[in-house]
Amino acid sequence: MPKPNSEIMPHITPLHPRRTAVLVGASSGIGAALARQLAEEGYSLALLARRNEMLNLLCNEINQKAGETRAKAYQHDVCDHASVPALLQEILTEMGGVDLFIYNAGVSHAAGLKKYDLEKDLRTMEVNLLGALAWLNPVAAMFQSLESGQIVGISSVAGERGRVGNPSYNASKAALSCYLEALRNRLTRYGVNVLTAKPGFVETDLLAGAKGTFWVIPAEQAARDICKAIRKKKQDVYTPARWRWVMLVIRNIPSFIFRKLVF
Amino acid sequence: MTKPLFDKMRSVENFGHSLSMPAYYFQPEDMEGVDQILHTAKDEGLTVTVRGAGRSYNDASLNAGGIVLDLHGINHILEWQPESGIIRCEPGVTIQQLWQQVLPDGWWPPVVSGTMATTLGGCLGMNIHGKNNYKAGTFGEHVIEFIALLPTGAEVTCSPKKNGDLFRALIGGMGMLGIFTSITLQMKRMYSGLLNVTAWNVPNLGVHLEEIETHKDEADYLVGWMDCTAGGNGLGRGQLHQANYMAEGADPEANRNLKLEFQTLPTKFFGLVPKSALHYFMSPFMNNAGAYLVNTAKFLVGRKKTYRQPHASFHFLMDYVPGWELSYGKQGLIQYQSFLPKENAMPIWTEMLHLSHKHHLPSFLGVTKRHRPDGFLLSHAVDGYSLAMDFKITNGNRSRLAGMLQEFDQMVLQAGGRFYFAKNSETLPKTALTFFGGETIEKFRVLKKRCDPDNLLESNLYRRVFGK
Repeated sequence: MPKPNSEIMPHITPLHPRRTAVLVGASSGIGAALARQLAEEGYSLALLARRNEMLNLLCNEINQKAGETRAKAYQHDVCDHASVPALLQEILTEMGGVDLFIYNAGVSHAAGLKKYDLEKDLRTMEVNLLGALAWLNPVAAMFQSLESGQIVGISSVAGERGRVGNPSYNASKAALSCYLEALRNRLTRYGVNVLTAKPGFVETDLLAGAKGTFWVIPAEQAARDICKAIRKKKQDVYTPARWRWVMLVIRNIPSFIFRKLVF
Repeated sequence: MTKPLFDKMRSVENFGHSLSMPAYYFQPEDMEGVDQILHTAKDEGLTVTVRGAGRSYNDASLNAGGIVLDLHGINHILEWQPESGIIRCEPGVTIQQLWQQVLPDGWWPPVVSGTMATTLGGCLGMNIHGKNNYKAGTFGEHVIEFIALLPTGAEVTCSPKKNGDLFRALIGGMGMLGIFTSITLQMKRMYSGLLNVTAWNVPNLGVHLEEIETHKDEADYLVGWMDCTAGGNGLGRGQLHQANYMAEGADPEANRNLKLEFQTLPTKFFGLVPKSALHYFMSPFMNNAGAYLVNTAKFLVGRKKTYRQPHASFHFLMDYVPGWELSYGKQGLIQYQSFLPKENAMPIWTEMLHLSHKHHLPSFLGVTKRHRPDGFLLSHAVDGYSLAMDFKITNGNRSRLAGMLQEFDQMVLQAGGRFYFAKNSETLPKTALTFFGGETIEKFRVLKKRCDPDNLLESNLYRRVFGK
């Protein structure tokens, strides 16, 4: 297991309480923006990502700005499911608890009307869905026992309909949204809040090179909207908010029309 | 981790309701169960904290992300010798079980806490003191022998003469060196179920301390209540309670009042309010104005009086109102107890009380006691006095309170004072290093390495104070 950096979080005491968040997929895009935003809101952060250098840079930036250790980096590949319980335990011990868990890891590959690539599809499923299951199962078990906690899954508006351009991405996000809904139905009675975040087009690596995008928002705006929903303990959030109404329409377009569209 | 235990997690709270930590919570019923859990901990790479009644105000029995081993279910009295007053108990036996076992035979625990809910394992781990510390010393001074299970798997028997270094370090060792499995104590002979009690007011801090000094030699127990809200000429005013045992033959009704049915606490207040509901009535007064009102009223109605009181009623004031700590509200309370050499108490507490008024952060309850030094490794005692102050936490006062307590710490350290680990929640490693001294800390570390080479036993308190 990769060793985290050596900085130690300040001790939690009655007069120095802290909320702690774990963020999987934190090195760039919405994840990095969320990390900055949550640090500003006073959270201590365990930041996880595959790309260690970017992660360390982000941690240093956050800690320097805060003037104390507020973020710790943990290098982790979400495809390495077996390492998850031990890593969660390590984070739990080092952070002194977990109040908020965010699964943000996600990949997308540009497909096309006539492209089929099993290897890339499997990778999409592995990162977007199976990695989420590997993390959210133990986290849900933990929060259920503690009868507190907040889970956030960064899904996508893309999970609401299967579209011609990227079937495996749509499927992975649809499955993630459905899994999060199931967790919500299971955990609300235990006082655990589950939030499904559904961004539209966000300026991130994921979007680089994509065609036909519109209403593109910066990652910081998406992070602000998601943090607001976290504070309000919402069950879902669209960012920007107008996607809620757009998706209401899109969800209800009859199939005989939808299959003729090419977006 | 071989098998995830996340579904065994529980949020474990301190007594002050000011801190809760997630931990794997286990309540074994016997020492075999303890053994199994220690093995599980080793296999899973988890640390273990032993918890008794959970009566520490701070993080002494919390272990974020580790195992909390609740031993209050291992509570058998193993042997009681009414002729000699020697009793052997498991660690989960409470002070309540203890006194209720021995009093009918004419004995009483030589040192008790302000609540009878505490377990003997906890009392020993923290080496508690009572209202007679200046005379009877700490709880540990009445231990004839104990057996402890070390994390190495070894079982050691310790007494003042046998394994003396471990005896003096495990007692007061915060449960960080080993787990007590059997504790043998010497009880004190009683000739009545009653104590002669005298209560009287003291008008200011100077008289408060002088009166303690004057009466300490004649009193078997001596405790002061301090009105920490009063300023001006009344700074440090309060009330002292002195209690004395009755001599042999002095109580013609001893046979009757040594019985348990005589040793009762009040069940209702003002003839109306059941004591279990009283904390709801206290809540509205838990603010600066309310505390001033209650403290002032208590002082003004205080008159010199002498009366006889059952042991249980005198000692266990904190049990009069079950759940009293809940009256401090959702954010809970912290207790700050400073121990000062007798010559420095007056100036330092004067300054501390002034400072608390200046910050508008008065303690709602202050309790003073007289102490004497002891020979235990991690000792909090001094030849002097202690003042325990309760502070309510609110979302708005945290940083101000933290800043003020830091100032208090510096003042106490400069005056050669000490702190107690079952109470203060903000003590830093450098503070502990200053009052224990490097040599003591090093001695403790050497013993820790010998008894627990893999650091199996750890609590939040240990990590905070010993700087892990």
